[in-house]
Amino acid sequence: MAAELKKAIYPENATIGLPTQHRFDPYTLNGGTIVGVAGDNFAILAGDTRLSEGFMIHSRDTSKIYKLTEKTFLGTCGFQGDVLTLTRLLNARLTMYEFEHRKKMSSTAISQMLSTVLYYRRFFPYYTFNILAGIDTDGKGCIYSYDAVGNYEKHTYHASGTASSMLQPLLDNQVGYLNQEGVRRVPLTIDKARTLIKDVFISATERDMYTGDSLHIVTITSDGVTEDHFPLRRD
Amino acid sequence: MTGKNCVAIAADRRFGIQAQTIGHEFQRIYGMSDHLYIGFSGLATDVTTVSNKLKFRLNMYMLRENREMKPETFMSLVSSLLYEKRFGPYFVEPVIAGLDKNAKPFVGSLDLIGCPMITEDFVVSGTASEQLYGMCESLWEPDLEADDLFESISQALLNAVDRDCVSGWGGIVYVIEKDKVTEKILKARMD
Repeated sequence: MAAELKKAIYPENATIGLPTQHRFDPYTLNGGTIVGVAGDNFAILAGDTRLSEGFMIHSRDTSKIYKLTEKTFLGTCGFQGDVLTLTRLLNARLTMYEFEHRKKMSSTAISQMLSTVLYYRRFFPYYTFNILAGIDTDGKGCIYSYDAVGNYEKHTYHASGTASSMLQPLLDNQVGYLNQEGVRRVPLTIDKARTLIKDVFISATERDMYTGDSLHIVTITSDGVTEDHFPLRRD
Repeated sequence: MTGKNCVAIAADRRFGIQAQTIGHEFQRIYGMSDHLYIGFSGLATDVTTVSNKLKFRLNMYMLRENREMKPETFMSLVSSLLYEKRFGPYFVEPVIAGLDKNAKPFVGSLDLIGCPMITEDFVVSGTASEQLYGMCESLWEPDLEADDLFESISQALLNAVDRDCVSGWGGIVYVIEKDKVTEKILKARMD
């Protein structure tokens, strides 16, 4: 083939014989961990406030806990872009519900709606891992956990995010009394749950790069909501 | 895991190929000498091979020197044995627990090519290592007595392997003290 003809067919830098490939990389993992614990008359949702990407910390003060209604909170981590989009979409849906039905959406209804919203994007998912905490219509605390495509389950305690595998076994042991025999199972109190959550986060922060800076704890009871901040390791 | 004048080492007892469980009485911890134990996670055939080679080299040392090997020295021995196979390694991640002659506890771990790591508190290895880190980080405290050390290491192991689908099927714990070694088999959920 004449050199000029070759040049005309194949541009200067193209790899000869191979098709040009394009990649679409729409996701990043921004790290972070959330934990939810439900008791008889309360639900606690906690998350660290670090926002990171690889070896970079973008922010030390970005909460992963979002208020949806007076008694329902959402903890969400994964890809921050999808976290923001998802929480905005949920708030819009909640406002529409309130205007149509002239009442706030219940925690159980929100739990079903979140699953539907996530599954709607089954083949281009929101890369988010969620825990929903609230008070149900009987005044009892409830925790729901979700995967990215909307599979969900009601729990009494659950951990999600980058350090979930470190936190979950300890919660099994201390809240679920797993592998303990001959121990009296006392109902969980708010103070014990809060102390335990601080402890597990202190442990996780020691070993997980993506978890740290500070802990945002939201305690929901039928009487109201309290929010706490607790400092964690910043390295 | 270290304690006050004692040290403990524990492992699960599953032997499996990926998701399929072949046996539940697999011994992955070996007593090398009176106060020196080593456990391996990884490929079962290499666990056997490496433990046999180590036992041989350790026995040769003890016959020649007529004394016990220090845990630190034993770790160097493991390290060099693994690094000999730098470019075709044994697929094992060993954990060493032992007491020196003053009953000072020693724990350390190596990667598959023999990079050593010695710590003051605990080391973990294997498929449930993240879960174990979470448990140990919360349950361990300095200067645990032998009984408390047994309780801590057992709870750490059981709750960690229950959250790992390829670990479990029972557990085994060795608590090493100056004048005795206690071996206990833990009953666990078999799924």
